[in-house]
Amino acid sequence: MKKKFKLEDLDCASCAAKMEDAIKKLDGVNDASVSFLTQKLTLDADDARFEEILEQAVKVCRRVEPDCKILR
Amino acid sequence: MTKKQKQTLWRIVASAALLVWAALGPTLWLPGNVPFLSVGRVAEDGTAAFFLAPWVRFLIPYLVIGWDVLWRAVRNIAHGQIFDENFLMAIATVGALCIGEYAESVFVMLFYQVGELFQSYAVGRSRQSIAELMEIRPDYANVERDGTVEQVDPDEVAVGETIVIKAGERVPLDGVVLEGRSDLDTAALTGESLPREVQSGDDVISGCVNLTGLLKVRVTRAFEESTVSKILDLVENAGSKKAKAENFITKFARYYTPTVVLAAVALALLPPLVGAVGWSESLHRALIFLVISCPCALVISVPLSFFGGIGGASKAGVLVKGGAYLEVLARAQIVVFDKTGTLTKGVFNVTAVHPEQCGEDRLLELAALAESWSEHPISRSLREAYGKEVDASRVTDVEEHSGRGVHAKVDGQEIWVGNDKLMDAIGVSWHPCHRVGTTVHVAAKGEYLGHIVISDEVKEDAAQAVTDLKALGVAKTVMLTGDAKAVGESVAAQLGLDEVHTQLLPADKVDQVEALLSEKTGKGCLAFVGDGINDAPVLSRADIGIAMGGLGSDAAIEAADVVLMDDKPSKIAVAIRIAQKTLVIVRQNIVFALGVKALVLVLGAVGEANLWEAVFADVGVSVIAILNAMRAMKGTGGR
Repeated sequence: MKKKFKLEDLDCASCAAKMEDAIKKLDGVNDASVSFLTQKLTLDADDARFEEILEQAVKVCRRVEPDCKILR
Repeated sequence: MTKKQKQTLWRIVASAALLVWAALGPTLWLPGNVPFLSVGRVAEDGTAAFFLAPWVRFLIPYLVIGWDVLWRAVRNIAHGQIFDENFLMAIATVGALCIGEYAESVFVMLFYQVGELFQSYAVGRSRQSIAELMEIRPDYANVERDGTVEQVDPDEVAVGETIVIKAGERVPLDGVVLEGRSDLDTAALTGESLPREVQSGDDVISGCVNLTGLLKVRVTRAFEESTVSKILDLVENAGSKKAKAENFITKFARYYTPTVVLAAVALALLPPLVGAVGWSESLHRALIFLVISCPCALVISVPLSFFGGIGGASKAGVLVKGGAYLEVLARAQIVVFDKTGTLTKGVFNVTAVHPEQCGEDRLLELAALAESWSEHPISRSLREAYGKEVDASRVTDVEEHSGRGVHAKVDGQEIWVGNDKLMDAIGVSWHPCHRVGTTVHVAAKGEYLGHIVISDEVKEDAAQAVTDLKALGVAKTVMLTGDAKAVGESVAAQLGLDEVHTQLLPADKVDQVEALLSEKTGKGCLAFVGDGINDAPVLSRADIGIAMGGLGSDAAIEAADVVLMDDKPSKIAVAIRIAQKTLVIVRQNIVFALGVKALVLVLGAVGEANLWEAVFADVGVSVIAILNAMRAMKGTGGR
């Protein structure tokens, strides 16, 4: 399943790249992209565990850039 | 400006004022000695006096402007993020304070924040202006149900329902006009400033704005499949196809920062150990390295340039599906066109009917009926010329011969309608027509019935398109067509194309493109432009596929990398011009940012640079690179 989320207060481009890298490494994530310019996260992950994976992605993002929020 | 940006602005102003006071203000005398905070001086008469130490005075503006950077640095280290810009700025400025460069330290932090503010403002602005280009999503649809009109969400409207669009409203869904007459503003979709006139029977596409009259429209496509949804989807996903330059920068940034930081450590420790320079001087040089070690200028400006280029292109009615395609487009060396619908209008008119065995009307009727299932432009024009409602039930056993024609049973009678190849294949003797145009032969059971001549008009801007491409450095323009030799060659001569290949089947087109692909030299690329009827395979085979979005089929828009919304071939040159300009900007930014940084790094290593220059190399360069990147968004590249 592929879903898009809006990101709030994503202020730095290299953080976006770091977030993308970290989310891609999560178990069950097929693909992920964090766009600094459109302020969007596209997450493609296993259907069955999507919520759980999203939860982890939120945690990872908080570690990289604590000011940035994923809106859902 | 957002609230956060305003806050930063005030902090900058306050801190700047405090910095001026700290540097130039009167000495603050203290009543007595305060350990750490005061500096003593013995007056001429031998009494001691104490005043506030300069570092305390400078600490005030420093904390006003820098507290959040310090805090974030500490917090991010706790999260395991070491080499981030906050940490680097914190170390650099605290280091400067420690070696007594108070004013420099505050100024570095101040300038850093100014740069950050500017960056966030500029990026926000360009993001917004691109978002405005994409402000085509309709909010509601007025749907007629049980005699009353209600306002609903566009995705709740089913195919076949009737919607009402008032003047000033956005067309929410694709459909056909049932009643009314109006002008539509298609600028958001096609970049075309002239309004398009529509009346009953015309197609309207979602995303246009109804300017004048009231329209009643029967919905033909559900919202998820409407033009608007497709375009938004394309644009939103445009960023996912990253350009080579973007990937290069991301990779570069990953190694750049740690390398420079390690170099800074080496610079701080090694020279004093061998006794070349003193500790304070070597620390100063190391701090310069730290300030320059952030790759921000590149990390932001390169994707921003591509984003701007894509935005600028969409303003001109050209959708580019990603930065990577701008890169390819800029190197276009061979441009291959499909004829029908690309260089010509694809609106065929029957210009002559030459029967051999039956009446003119009968010949036209047979052809129209046999072609009744086909969506090919030629079939449409046959039906149009026939004029009457086509009774599809009279046609059975339809069999399409791609690139040749069609075979069907009309009222039980076997009919072949197609080109000379089809006639040869079924062994019917035919003769060519003296009129230039596409000749459609009609035959029944081994008997030649006659032919119909159809001609197409060349698009007004097609010749200009070819000239423009030449001017932009495209070495070769080629036309491929399934049409007859005479027709193809007359069009090619009229437009000044370099090469033309006629009478091609869809599979032959792929072969031709393969052959042309082997002709390109160096870094040149081959672009194929088509309307997607039968050429989706070629679109994906070419280095870059360009599709006509208005006339083109969904398959073509899907297979293509670039979509021309208003079907104008001259927009190819516009797209290439934008692509070339974007790449020039990207290259300028990379060379400029790396050049300045390298220069200041070298100067810093040998002790010829100071912290002011280092801040310029970091934040100043970012700001200039961002301003440069924003140029990519503007218009059609200098015309």
